Amino acid sequence: MTAAAPEPKENMGQPVSRYDAVVKVTGRATYASDMPLDNPAYAFLVTSAIAKGRIDRFGLDDARGVRGVIEIVTYENAPKLKDSKLFSDGGYAGTTIQPLKSAEISHDGEIIAVVVAESYEAAREAANRVKVSYTATAPSATFDSPGTTAAAAKGQNAQFKEDAKVGDFAKAFDAAEVKLTAAYDTPTQHHNPMELFTTSCAWMGDNLVIYEGSQYVYGLKNGVAEQLGIDADKVRVVNPYVGGGFGSRGSMTPRTAIIAAIARRLNRPIKLVPTRDQGFTITTYRAETRHEIKLGASRDGKLVALRHEGAEISSRADAYCVGGTKTTTRLYACANVDSLVSIVRADRNTPGFMRSPPEVPYLFALESAMDELAVKLNIDPVELRRINDTTNEPIGGKPYTSRALMACFDEAAKAFGWAQRSPQPRSMSDGDWLIGHGCAATCYPTQMAPSAARVRLQRDGRTRVEIAGHEIGTGAYTVIAQTAAERLGVPLEKVAVFMGDSDLPPAPVAGGSNSTASTCSAVMMVCDQIRQRLFKAVMPGQSLTDRAKETVGLGQTPATQAAKSDRPLDLEKAFDALGVGVVEEYGEWKPEGAPLDSFRAMHSGHPRLVGGHQMKDQIAYAFGAEFVEVRVNRFTHEIRCPRLVGAFAAGRIVNPRTARSQLMGGLIWGMSSALLEATEIDERNARYVNDNLADYLLPVNADVSGVEVIMLSEQDDRINPAGVKGLGELANVGTNAAICNAIHHATGQRIRKLPVRLENIEV
Amino acid sequence: MRPFSYQRATDPTAAVQALGAAAAANTPLTKATAQPLAGGTTLIDLMKLDVMRPAGIVDINPLAQGWSAIELKGDGLRLGALAKMADVAAHAEIERHYPVIANSLKLAASAQLRNMATLGGNVMQRTRCSYFRDVTYENCNKRNPGSGCAAMDGVNRMHAVLGVSDQCIATYPGDFAQALIALDAMVEITGRSGTRNMPFAELHKAPGSTPDIETTLQPGELISAFSVSGRWPRSVYLKARDRQSYEFALSSAAVALDAQDGTVREARIALGGVATVPWRAREAEALLKGQKFDDGLAQRVADAAFAEARGRRHNSFKIALGKRVVARALQQAVTMEI
Ligand SMILES: Cc1cc2nc3c(=O)[nH]c(=O)nc-3n(C[C@H](O)[C@H](O)[C@H](O)COP(=O)(O)OP(=O)(O)OC[C@H]3O[C@@H](n4cnc5c(N)ncnc54)[C@H](O)[C@@H]3O)c2cc1C
Ligand code: SF4
Repeated sequence: MTAAAPEPKENMGQPVSRYDAVVKVTGRATYASDMPLDNPAYAFLVTSAIAKGRIDRFGLDDARGVRGVIEIVTYENAPKLKDSKLFSDGGYAGTTIQPLKSAEISHDGEIIAVVVAESYEAAREAANRVKVSYTATAPSATFDSPGTTAAAAKGQNAQFKEDAKVGDFAKAFDAAEVKLTAAYDTPTQHHNPMELFTTSCAWMGDNLVIYEGSQYVYGLKNGVAEQLGIDADKVRVVNPYVGGGFGSRGSMTPRTAIIAAIARRLNRPIKLVPTRDQGFTITTYRAETRHEIKLGASRDGKLVALRHEGAEISSRADAYCVGGTKTTTRLYACANVDSLVSIVRADRNTPGFMRSPPEVPYLFALESAMDELAVKLNIDPVELRRINDTTNEPIGGKPYTSRALMACFDEAAKAFGWAQRSPQPRSMSDGDWLIGHGCAATCYPTQMAPSAARVRLQRDGRTRVEIAGHEIGTGAYTVIAQTAAERLGVPLEKVAVFMGDSDLPPAPVAGGSNSTASTCSAVMMVCDQIRQRLFKAVMPGQSLTDRAKETVGLGQTPATQAAKSDRPLDLEKAFDALGVGVVEEYGEWKPEGAPLDSFRAMHSGHPRLVGGHQMKDQIAYAFGAEFVEVRVNRFTHEIRCPRLVGAFAAGRIVNPRTARSQLMGGLIWGMSSALLEATEIDERNARYVNDNLADYLLPVNADVSGVEVIMLSEQDDRINPAGVKGLGELANVGTNAAICNAIHHATGQRIRKLPVRLENIEV
Repeated sequence: MRPFSYQRATDPTAAVQALGAAAAANTPLTKATAQPLAGGTTLIDLMKLDVMRPAGIVDINPLAQGWSAIELKGDGLRLGALAKMADVAAHAEIERHYPVIANSLKLAASAQLRNMATLGGNVMQRTRCSYFRDVTYENCNKRNPGSGCAAMDGVNRMHAVLGVSDQCIATYPGDFAQALIALDAMVEITGRSGTRNMPFAELHKAPGSTPDIETTLQPGELISAFSVSGRWPRSVYLKARDRQSYEFALSSAAVALDAQDGTVREARIALGGVATVPWRAREAEALLKGQKFDDGLAQRVADAAFAEARGRRHNSFKIALGKRVVARALQQAVTMEI
């Protein structure tokens, strides 16, 4: 075993290498825009240079003169498309702003024309030659810009149901022995996955095939069908590999239906490859947020009052919000809690999911405030968390299905060497560098959604698993193959997995870190159906109840228990008895508490995610603790983070290798978010300025020197049959606060606004 | 990107002919219809962005044979304009005798870019001003003379505080040029009437009222080499930036000293990331001459270097930062073991 392939602990699978490792490192993995098309035309987008106003006129002569141009589509001649509702209102779209519909412009970089040509180069050149005259109106860019409107999230956003409260916050805060009030800000961020936001659309008669990196092929298929007014069964979305998603590919963007409609009109496949900067405005992003936290505590550190107020930017058209108070009001024991989330509308494109959407901004605020409180109380920050640890969330009193927060703190603290830290700010240094150590809690709701799967087993053990899941780089192929191999008792090499195709049985959106829990639970169930058939063949007289469970480990028992009691099934004997060459089963699995319409919704591209705080009698979260070392240069004030240590408990770890990579990536993204990432907005015109990978700062190798991931063994039989808590979005949640807390320790300066840049340091 | 013709220059004469023949009178170099192509890491980038639209490209890479030598002779240094940044950065003799040059290159861009990019292209690289690089902004005096400056009251964190005009505040982004200007380097220029040498300090032009004119080079002229006289082992390049690699300077200082036992005989200071052109801080240097070095002196020198600085909304921090960088670079140079 190596660092990359950690020794499995109790309730962990084997750290096998990735199913798709070889095709990826040899460059043979085909991403959506690698798919060959028959005689394609190429599209290039023209996007608006103003954020608000209208188009007066297009000057297209120059562009039309470029050799190879086939057509220039603007609102004046665009194919008509049906509107699509926002996903949170029962639709598929990440925005209801439908470009090419009228001369009106509602955000910077809105698609205003599509140039189609015989080559990419001709399309791009012609797009550069399109002239547009606008009448611009002054837009409202962000918080504090004139013209924005603010209102409570509740009532505007169907998915934001309640502002959590309990007890009497005002009274308790008033009476608290120690009080803290602090405001925190987080910036605009863009996902910037490596794979650009391409789409290719090809018609064969009435059938449409879409090649597009998507985190939800069923959502995209149904959404595009709805916009085109055709039967969803005539649309197929294919993407065996996705070059990163981070939430940006979870809901449908307007580009796809437009390209599909133009392809239909021209009767030719069309390939669209937008540029990096266009990606900043034609999809979603993480909007900037503001927070005010009030904490009241007794002198011995017990929280007596907690209030979290958050404000988030959204577009004029859509009331998107993340509402992370659902988590921050439930993390610690506290009898008097209050919260309020509001949405501030500006002239922007609609924001959307990005890497732990609610938890990243909201926990930054809470976990920074907890550190401030610890300093005020003169209590070690780890101990302050211990004092307020709880088995039940305070709002509804429901028990956590399992909660290893303090065990994570203790493991990570030990590995980090927290005990050697001198608690006084500015007390540690090394040459030109002030050193700071900080920590924070991290958590992420455990979510599951209905999923189907088809499994086919042959006499020689060869197995084929079909499921419209998504390989966005997480290791989905690998853990699904492992699950099938383990459940059927066949060698891993004999399992083939097919994903990323909406012609396969539906799987949920690869979002909310639900994929492993959902898809592996479905695959386990269908494997069990196969075992049942085989069992009946070998032991026709036996009742399927007790004897079956004992012999082949049937039913939705957690993987480990099943594995322990299983005896290998004699496949050849079973197939001979059955007298067939192949056993194939299809099944649909849904988590406990999933709504009645779950399966219907699953097929029509609506994931019915359940879990987190929305479960009936319990609440399910994965937990972790993160410790970081920052160094702040006395002279240049440069801030570097040479060491990140995280300990995490997330139920069954199907594969410690891929899980570690996810958690490591999360810690790095967290550091990136704390110190580097921010989309700058020109407030005068509500336009994004640093819309490229040179200016939108992400960490490079030299910024990442030490990352240590510790996975705790945890068994939770109350969440789902696979026993899995999602961990993809677990690690990047706590890092923002941990780093700011460490900066405070290094410099004595408390920074409440992200990202922290050298000009914010005043040592 | 727009279609362009491509020509490989077989020898220097052909190159300058091809470049000069295409040029209309009075066009600024950057708008000339033919542009030389070296590593392409600036030029191709700007063509893709539609910022530069040359009708023709003259690929000068075939001249590398004669124009890429790294030569330490006598007590001087000569660097061919087509030498790769990576090769010069890793050259042991340069690391030893000219650490300021080696480090200005090592700390620039990324390994991939340094492998492609040439010294000539590097000094000629253009500003990273976001508004300059985005053609949907009409108002950029550098791109569209007389159209205004979007950066002046826009997002200007990366912009300059020295050498600015009311027409343009774009930062000269390169690192290597700071080492050259600090060391009083000469630049060798090959044109249609042969080669000439001039001080590197005369190559770049502050924006003034003509920010579209960035250098004194004329169409049909190429940089063929750089030279430095003397050895400068007591020299440092200190660069402050947002991340540890692959990032332009927020503030940098190239410092070269002739000093013994803490007394400075001669000092050279250049500033990067803060000025519109490679920036020599001559008044500041003068304060050091013949003086015993201490932290108070370093502070006064740093203050003098930024005496004329003018900050704007997002970049005022560069003044205080720049002073600390200069003071620290001086301390490092004085205490350097050589
Ligand atoms: C993301 C990114 C980060 C970067 N970071 C840094 C950094 O931190 N520090 C830094 O210093 N640089 C940085 N750079 C800039 C990089 O160093 C330059 O792009 C590179 O040095 C240019 O060299 P080249 O040979 O590729 O030039 P080219 O792109 O070929 O040419 C640049 C310009 O110079 C002209 N030219 C080329 N050769 C000659 C010559 N011999 N005579 C006259 N004119 C000539 C060309 O016509 C063109 O206009 C970065 C670049 C990028 C893209
Ligand atoms: S600073 Fe210079 S380059 Fe930038 S927008 Fe203004 S004029 Fe153009």
